[in-house]
Amino acid sequence: MKYILMMNGTKADFDGYAKWSKEDLQRNVAFMRAFSKELKDAGVFVATEGLGWPQEAKIVRADKNGEPVTDGVFPESKEFLAGYWIIDVESPEQAYKIAARASAAPGPGGKSGSMPIEVRQVLSGFADLGI
Amino acid sequence: MTGQPGQSSEAIEHLLRELTPQVLGAVVRRFRDFAEAEDAVQEALLAAATRWPEDGLPENPRAWLIQVAFRRMTDHIRSESARRHRESEAMLEAMRMQEPATVDAAPQEDDTLVLLFMCCHPALTPVSAIALTLRAVGGLNTAEIAKAFLVPEATMAQRISRAKQSIKDSGIPFQLPTSEERAQRLRAVLHVLYLIFNEGYTSSGGAQLQRVELSREAIRLARSLHNLLPDDAEVAGLLALTLLTDARRLARTSADGELIPLMQQDRALWDREEIAEGIALISAALPKGSLGPYQLQAAIAAVHDEAARPEDTDWPQILALYDLLRRMSDNPMIALNYAIAAAMVHGPRKGLELLDTLSSDSRVADHHRLEAVRAHLLELAGDRDAAVERYRAAAVKTANLPERNYLLMQAARLASEKESN
Amino acid sequence: MKYILNILMMNTMKAGAGVPGWPKKDLQAHIAFMHNLNKELRESGEFVSAEGLSFPDQAKLVRAGKDGTLITDGIFPESKEFLAGYWIIDAATPERAYAVAGRISAAPGPGGTPLNMPVEVRPILSGPPPEML
Repeated sequence: MKYILMMNGTKADFDGYAKWSKEDLQRNVAFMRAFSKELKDAGVFVATEGLGWPQEAKIVRADKNGEPVTDGVFPESKEFLAGYWIIDVESPEQAYKIAARASAAPGPGGKSGSMPIEVRQVLSGFADLGI
Repeated sequence: MTGQPGQSSEAIEHLLRELTPQVLGAVVRRFRDFAEAEDAVQEALLAAATRWPEDGLPENPRAWLIQVAFRRMTDHIRSESARRHRESEAMLEAMRMQEPATVDAAPQEDDTLVLLFMCCHPALTPVSAIALTLRAVGGLNTAEIAKAFLVPEATMAQRISRAKQSIKDSGIPFQLPTSEERAQRLRAVLHVLYLIFNEGYTSSGGAQLQRVELSREAIRLARSLHNLLPDDAEVAGLLALTLLTDARRLARTSADGELIPLMQQDRALWDREEIAEGIALISAALPKGSLGPYQLQAAIAAVHDEAARPEDTDWPQILALYDLLRRMSDNPMIALNYAIAAAMVHGPRKGLELLDTLSSDSRVADHHRLEAVRAHLLELAGDRDAAVERYRAAAVKTANLPERNYLLMQAARLASEKESN
Repeated sequence: MKYILNILMMNTMKAGAGVPGWPKKDLQAHIAFMHNLNKELRESGEFVSAEGLSFPDQAKLVRAGKDGTLITDGIFPESKEFLAGYWIIDAATPERAYAVAGRISAAPGPGGTPLNMPVEVRPILSGPPPEML
């Protein structure tokens, strides 16, 4: 069963992260790398991506002529996807356990965090669309 | 080499897959290291896949593969024990003395069986067992298995590696299970094969250019097992079930990839040969008197497949079969299917009553299938509004896209019928 | 450059009022649209991956608790936006990414009218911006 584990953050969260000390950032990056490796070693890894900063985000809508209209203004409270993992596991419980590991990623000062990780099942049968 | 160069790659692939368990068996018997042997055989298969299309088939393809795998094993041992020089010299000397001029000609058919039991050992998780079985017994390569399950190749390789490590750690021996364990171990094998079939069968329809046909593979493995254990009724039952289900494959999805339920399928698209074979198998198995769940499921599939038109379906017989099945297994999905059959025989209200009792089963209470079945029965009962709502509730819950689309369509169809009334 | 195109829906959209409530032929048209778009993206070589996500009804918010325990929470406020699915494409320019997003946004809805749903376009990183480390 495939699950997506998502890390979200507001613009303020991202800005906060940008202000971390170099050591804290390196420690966090090292954790993320080790975590992905753990997933690979366990044979559950499917994909992972980190997303760009909210400043770079655009919302696109088609106007009445079908032309794309882009907008870069968002409410302060909006949560942006910061990154995700997709894993292939035997049960939802296994997915939650793995998510808890991600949640514990070290924050400022090197303390284990408790970041909320959203866990949702990935739809099967999507990959065949358009083949 | 005596074969014609340019042998069709499909024929070679087919031959290699058939030979895989025999070759693996021979290597494991000689070197007693299943994990390493499996890697060695993979390399031999790769070498064959590269060389044979150009050079033609060797005179004895099996022996060719065994020799390449043997060489890989001795190379491995040599490099592994480079530090322990004296021991390795002695070991290699002993091996050189043992290495036959010609490899033993008689294939050990038992090896396929032993390998199946090993790869499906209950110590392995279902996902691991499936991956290992497909490689070690099915002869698929890692990339093919990865594509079939839509995971990266490295992940699948790791999964297989860990499965082999589990086998090593559990000390599972390379031999048939004892008579005490046999029934349970065989059930585990059947379960894995059924899971492989199901994975292939339920992956969405439409052209699947990049995926190995998992259902075909499961049928092939089930057939090998049946040939090895022709007197086992449950094995015959599994083979029958997969054939009778696979027979409907072409009718199951529309050209646009939409799911078509059994009762609405164009039966002209059903594979008559598969149905005939399935019916013959289950008819021969049932009288043996060792009834089991796979036989019962096959019998139910046979009743469906025998009906020329949906209205010819012998629902009372299906109901009786599900009744037997639910006494053997408390799987709530069986109870769901029993409810559907009861609805067809005694009316939708009866089916809905049975579903109500299932709502208290925590394993299935929140499951999309329960909602979907309820929606269907509500529709049959004429309760249109409730049916539309349940179809939508089911659509929101399912994790399968074609199924979600199907359920949304049902809701849409019903809702529009209501409007036009 | 890789971009992720996120389809965002409001929680209120998913049941009754939204996609689940459409007439059959409109659903079919919507699905066919996505099908064709995917086919085009595969043919142009821009398709990297795409996933549909199950609706948030069964979603869980997981937090690491003390001593290795885990806390799960399944409640989402009705007004919350959620990710319904995404494409990852390899586009030559940001403008191309916006154009593809615009196509997705114009997917047909009830009555065949373009939905004009918001599609969030984000660059994909291979790591944190180098100037951060």
